[in-house]
Amino acid sequence: MTTSQQAAGSAVGAPAPAAEARGVSKRYGPTVALDSAGIVVAAGETHALVGRNGAGKSTLVSILTGLQRPDSGEVRFDGAAAPSLADRDAWRQRVACVYQKSTIIPTLTVAENLFLNRQAGRGPIGWRGLRRRAGELLAGYGVEVDPAALAGSLTVEQRQLVEIARALSFGARFIILDEPTAQLDAGAIDRLFGRMRELQASGVTFLFISHHLQEVYEVCQTVTVLRDARHILTRPVAALTRDDLVAAMTGETGPSLAAGAARPPVPETAPVVLDVRGLRLAGFYDGVDLTVRAGEMVGLIGSGSSGKVAVAETIAGLRRADAGTVTIGGATPKPGSVPAALAAGLGYLPQDRHREGLVPLLSVAENATLPIAGQLGRAGIVAPARRRAAAERMIQTYDIKTDGPHQPVSDLSGGNAQKVVLARALANEPTALVMVSPTAGVDVRSKASLLGAVTDAAARGTGVLVVSDELDDLRSCDRVLVMFHGQVIRDVPRGWTDADLVSAVEGVGQP
Amino acid sequence: MSGTSTIAKQPAPAGARPGAGRVPLARLRDFALVPAILLLVVVGALIDPVFLSAANITNVLQQQTELALLVLAEAIILIAGKFDLSLESTIGLAPALAVALVIPAASNGLGTELPAGLAIALCLLTGLVIGAFNGLLILRFKLSAFIVTLGMLIVLRGLQIGITGGQNLFDIPPSVLYLGSAVWLGVPASIWISGTLFAVGIAALGFFRHGRAVYAIGGNTDAARAAGIRTDRVVWVVLMIGGVLAALAGLLMTGRLGSVAAAQGDGMIFTVFAAAVIGGISLDGGKGTLFGALCGVIVLGLINNILTLAGVSAQWIQAIYGGIILVALVLARLTSGKAQD
Repeated sequence: MTTSQQAAGSAVGAPAPAAEARGVSKRYGPTVALDSAGIVVAAGETHALVGRNGAGKSTLVSILTGLQRPDSGEVRFDGAAAPSLADRDAWRQRVACVYQKSTIIPTLTVAENLFLNRQAGRGPIGWRGLRRRAGELLAGYGVEVDPAALAGSLTVEQRQLVEIARALSFGARFIILDEPTAQLDAGAIDRLFGRMRELQASGVTFLFISHHLQEVYEVCQTVTVLRDARHILTRPVAALTRDDLVAAMTGETGPSLAAGAARPPVPETAPVVLDVRGLRLAGFYDGVDLTVRAGEMVGLIGSGSSGKVAVAETIAGLRRADAGTVTIGGATPKPGSVPAALAAGLGYLPQDRHREGLVPLLSVAENATLPIAGQLGRAGIVAPARRRAAAERMIQTYDIKTDGPHQPVSDLSGGNAQKVVLARALANEPTALVMVSPTAGVDVRSKASLLGAVTDAAARGTGVLVVSDELDDLRSCDRVLVMFHGQVIRDVPRGWTDADLVSAVEGVGQP
Repeated sequence: MSGTSTIAKQPAPAGARPGAGRVPLARLRDFALVPAILLLVVVGALIDPVFLSAANITNVLQQQTELALLVLAEAIILIAGKFDLSLESTIGLAPALAVALVIPAASNGLGTELPAGLAIALCLLTGLVIGAFNGLLILRFKLSAFIVTLGMLIVLRGLQIGITGGQNLFDIPPSVLYLGSAVWLGVPASIWISGTLFAVGIAALGFFRHGRAVYAIGGNTDAARAAGIRTDRVVWVVLMIGGVLAALAGLLMTGRLGSVAAAQGDGMIFTVFAAAVIGGISLDGGKGTLFGALCGVIVLGLINNILTLAGVSAQWIQAIYGGIILVALVLARLTSGKAQD
């Protein structure tokens, strides 16, 4: 750790770095978010901060912007110690962050947003003067936005520019951009980069966070990699090949879950159970085709903005596509209808089990048997004994750790709660199963048994689509589809390496 | 501020043109109810010539002063993104408690017989304490403003009944009666007071940093906090101001009617919300102006007066009044073009 930080420090050269964090640690309960990690951002450079989800990027940003106090370690700006956390004005003169989540107030005008809480001194606000000052500020940075417009009417691009201008107006010369390109189209990304280069030429330092590595090569001079809450390396971008960068992000890939290796290949003759053709939903994805055969497991991976979750939600009927068809087991359910998709034989494991998957105060038995309640008795009556028996079978099959079928699911651990959701999704032997991030928030042991249950279902002839960022979820898949900016760009057969897949997800080597 | 910039102008990003059309349009929205008010005045004049008499107009305005103060309070609270239903109980409890503390036990007082000169201060202090207590529950204990103030509505009403034994208080000291019954320069003092407070409120929320902070908090609390606004403190102050305004409204009502009714203010909160929403205040927070809210109050007052003058029977007036409020809400929704939540 320390050696790499020293290397980073010496590479920077004479003037004090614009920002540095040294030996910073931060814990949230049992979770270590940062483990004596650090970053040194030289004045006047554009510095990339990369790492997979959960590597500690967001925590480092919140410590660098003074929103969180590190448990240990120190933060310095231009060689001087950072101000106290209570002194927001002092922080804002040193560092500004443009978050993915807007910090603009949509109901106020652009001018007022720019000068929020400093519209005037003691006296009344002169609106005309405020708009004029806002106009001058925006024009000074070449941002052509009407100061009198409501901020809510701005595009994402304009909103970011307003936030950058506001940050600069506080005197900050160090600006953090947190995934600024995630919601921008290609033209807007180019314009943003152009503006970043101009500002850099005038002495502004940037810390640039992105999931798209080609952007790092395009606009940054130095890159810092975080992995598993630790600082891995800091190097000039030019001295680091893409393969090395991806390797630094993923780490040495040891022998991993070899669960999938033993499965026989799915015969070409197996019937197609899930067929998606030309699916399009404006703003999420465009022209998605995919097929899953009976007994086949197909992975779907992509970054947060790739649209993969939206595809899964469309298949399940939670969203309605603008164009294209979804065929489940030969039938085409009514688009945008969850009951129709379920009736066609779909099992669905939602992304957020707490919000969409479970009724927390109901018992394990009730939750697990919701979709098959109709089979437990006549005329809408649910026979308690039959429900109990069905639930006990599920508890046995899926190895759910619980006091019994009567326990409320809110008392279960994350892994066991997820097993209840899975048991329910598989309760009526679906012909196709769609799972979104099935092992999110699940410990290692439960992960293995969850994935084992899915593999068993596939062996019984269910076609499975696993939508996930977790490489471990995808190891037993027969092939993995990679989504990027709303399109399926690659179809990777089994036998991929972590580096292959991650570089495809991050868009390296894309046209 | 931007003088040090060396950045050359860039081709404009696509999107909003720097246009002149927006500001006047936004301004116009504030005056959306003015034509409705003029229309109601014409209708009123056609129905009964008495409508335009100075006595009638004064009467209409004076009857609306208490509602106006409650709407002023509620509008500021709504703009800050919060709720206060308990205002309608404060309007009764604050004067009832103040009066009960100064009158003898024989007149249903509490027997403390504090100096009568303190009554007004006690009344306003009660409102302040109620607002502060609401703030404590909502901001410190993070409870839902809706449920907290609904609970307080019931508690405060119950306190008033407990304190007064369910009786109306008639033995009101003259100091308490003064504000609601005095006439200054030929116009009732209550109209002067409400008008002045609205003017102060419009200026504070429109032209002062702390007033604009209320809009910022209602629009996006996180962004307001990031801009250095002490959001909890501002909301707390807003809730306390709301309580004081409700207590003042209680004083005016007591002075106008000459007594504190056991059910003073009962059911008013619905009219308060209707006036605020018709006046363009968003229940989501961050949107609307106090001038619009004042227009909402005047519209409702005129409708009420016209219905009375038109001889609508007393048994039906409530249903018709409620129906007109619903129609006005629909019209307000159509003209603003945004869904109300």
